[in-house]
Amino acid sequence: MASPRIIVVGGGLAGLAAVIKIAEAGGSVDLFSIVPVKRSHSVCAQGGINAAKNLKGEGDTTWKHFDDTVYGGDFLANQTPVKAMCEAAPAIIDLLDRMGVPFNRTPEGLLDFRRFGGTLYNRTAFAGATTGQQLLYALDEQVRRYESEGKVKKYEGWEFLSAVIDSKGVARGITALDLRTMELRSFAADAIILATGGIGAIFGKSTNSVVCTGSAQSAVFQQGVYYANGELVQVHPTTIPGEDKLRLMSESARGEGGRVWVPRTLGDKRPVKQIPESERFYFLEEWYPKYGNLVPRDIATRAIHKVVYENHLGIDGQPMVYLDLTHIDRATLDRKLGGILDIYEKFVGVDPHDEPMKIFPGMHYTMGGVWVDFNQMTNVPGIFAAGEAEYQYHGANRLGANSLLSCIYGGFISGPNALTYARNLPAAEGDGGHAAEVTRQGELNDRLLKNEGKENPFKLWRELGDTMTKHATVIRYNKGLKEADEKIVELLDRYKNVSLADRSQWANTSFAFARQLKNMLELSRVVVQGAILRDESRGAHYKPDFPERNDEKFLKTTKASFTGLADGPRFEYEEVDTQFITPRPRRYDAAS
Amino acid sequence: MATKTVAFEIKRQASPDASAVWERFELEWRPGMNVTTAMMDIAANPVTADGHATTPVTYDSNCLEEICGSCAMRINGKARMACSALVDNLEQPIRVEPLSKFPLVRDLQVDRSVLFENLKAVKAWIPIDGTYDLGSGPRVYPQQQEVNYPFSNCISCTCCMEVCPQFNEDTGFVGAATIAQVKLFNNHPTGKVLKEERLRALAGDGGIQECGFAQNCVEVCPKRIPLTNAISDVSRDVLLQKAKDFFAK
Repeated sequence: MASPRIIVVGGGLAGLAAVIKIAEAGGSVDLFSIVPVKRSHSVCAQGGINAAKNLKGEGDTTWKHFDDTVYGGDFLANQTPVKAMCEAAPAIIDLLDRMGVPFNRTPEGLLDFRRFGGTLYNRTAFAGATTGQQLLYALDEQVRRYESEGKVKKYEGWEFLSAVIDSKGVARGITALDLRTMELRSFAADAIILATGGIGAIFGKSTNSVVCTGSAQSAVFQQGVYYANGELVQVHPTTIPGEDKLRLMSESARGEGGRVWVPRTLGDKRPVKQIPESERFYFLEEWYPKYGNLVPRDIATRAIHKVVYENHLGIDGQPMVYLDLTHIDRATLDRKLGGILDIYEKFVGVDPHDEPMKIFPGMHYTMGGVWVDFNQMTNVPGIFAAGEAEYQYHGANRLGANSLLSCIYGGFISGPNALTYARNLPAAEGDGGHAAEVTRQGELNDRLLKNEGKENPFKLWRELGDTMTKHATVIRYNKGLKEADEKIVELLDRYKNVSLADRSQWANTSFAFARQLKNMLELSRVVVQGAILRDESRGAHYKPDFPERNDEKFLKTTKASFTGLADGPRFEYEEVDTQFITPRPRRYDAAS
Repeated sequence: MATKTVAFEIKRQASPDASAVWERFELEWRPGMNVTTAMMDIAANPVTADGHATTPVTYDSNCLEEICGSCAMRINGKARMACSALVDNLEQPIRVEPLSKFPLVRDLQVDRSVLFENLKAVKAWIPIDGTYDLGSGPRVYPQQQEVNYPFSNCISCTCCMEVCPQFNEDTGFVGAATIAQVKLFNNHPTGKVLKEERLRALAGDGGIQECGFAQNCVEVCPKRIPLTNAISDVSRDVLLQKAKDFFAK
């Protein structure tokens, strides 16, 4: 029998990890990516990757990593896969080390580890403050090696449009668009793995890269794949507000001793460095003495919101607080945080060695995603998912430096499982649905290209981003969420009048964007409606009208399915696997 | 009060065979505005300064924080990343053109896949035995990590190739980025097992001897990678390898 063909969509850490495992096991892989894989969004990750290697004599264990992750996620994550991930983490770090990742070192030549949020241990391995870049390159290099051996074929500059699903509901391949020639084609596969990242673009501005639209996840959702915990979205406490995006200022800045503060007095006019220590309000350290500046992200984000919007202590009355590194010596900062300090200086024009940075929370990460089982397969046989695109490892709030781990681990699990599945797959009947799917996608393309109206897709997108950021991020009210849903319905209606300023059939970026936009709109309803239904506060999902966690009603995974009806998705709930750690109150302010 | 505006002139070319035209845009200024923001503004309102409807500009971008290497273009004549090009620091009108040394796709988008092919040719990877658990990696002392890390920061933007007088069709020169990766991998305790193959790959036509030491590469590199150091070191190693291979015949 010929070796099975697997398609991996997305060339970030999760996708590349899957590719490597499949190629190593003798499978053939077609790898699809909008951008050259080396330019994937994983490259933006900064601070590090967690593994309880206990190289600092602190008595850290994989169980403690597991407990911190589950507790940090407010018990919404299924515990079996999280436990397995934390147990696999030390060996993953070793592997990355063997692949040549230039991790920071101790004087003895061993891996160095630093603190991160939501834990009291030095558990985070790091390569300066460009860890995501270094990890992505290491995997990219291994994939390039397999590519040169003919085991991997890359389709860079192709955008996934849909899965090809046969008459029995089994995936048989994908359709994709060549973003240069605009050619629409289908590609056969025995299994497909979606590793298409987060959905930041539905919030307009976020820390995510341009390609993180969630379009692929939304496309398969509309083809019958469940979308889980869509309402759980992480807002990172420390980002640099910008016109085009919110640039991440890594948690590692606080891991290395960075302190968050505002002047105690509203309207303090003194230059920042002349404000004496006693007149600085280190609110995270005061409110959370045990974890201090390293509380989990949802906690830090809400604290900053409170200081700015309730205490009215934002710097100069603006929605900004200080993130201060100026007490740390220059050489240490350069060695451990150089990459992110460069970013701040380049984009803000102020040197953070000398002056505290001004930061504010910004949309950062998608805890929710495509629903998968413990084998990383969705409810549609043959469609697997890994990385930020799926929902499995972070519950209601992700801990810093767990994302790189979950991406690589999820990729490592999905690859071999997809191969095993594919080896046992009976042949398709007829063409497996390829011709019909190409026809369907071709019709969608034609309609969009010829559509007459007066709506500009980029303007609709800005309106979507504004409403999502306003109503569906840090603080949520059902009234506002309902407004957001109505706004999305309005935008879906106006989308019917989208007219493209560019109707050419060569490298037409607005055409590709308009296709993504439709999928973004559909997925936004999953986020907003899921948030309306979850009448509690858990992790990143916070409703002042329902301030407590309600395990009785909502210790459950939200599962949305597409209906195509005006009311939007259908929702159902699934029990969470809590067999190892009994849910307990999550109190970072208590000295428990 | 009239809103402050920013003037752009952007070189447009609908396809590799089409002729190029310059279009002028007047955009609303905002604090912290960069060149990629301007491209997004044009997409939302694709109208030139003289009121003609046009198409959104095709260009590569992704991370918008100078780490993915996508948005390299020529801005006021200089090869650089568009995301970190803040309009307040640029003379107006801001003239934006595609990189000139790579096949044009459309507008500001060019095909830079040659770099990834070069990385294959020099085997820019660590030849690990497998991904199963084989224990920890080799010890690397901090001093060594601090030498290697800058080379691992290369974002493949190709600015160093764009500004290199020797990077052209006549020489087929691989360019500084690839040479720096050879240094990186040859420095690694496991990576150096392929050292001789990498050096031989840089020994022939288009190899390291094409370098004319113009030093433009190191000046333009947005990541301040010590490219000329890498070229000197790898040059010496290539020569030694050539000599060794010659006497081994």
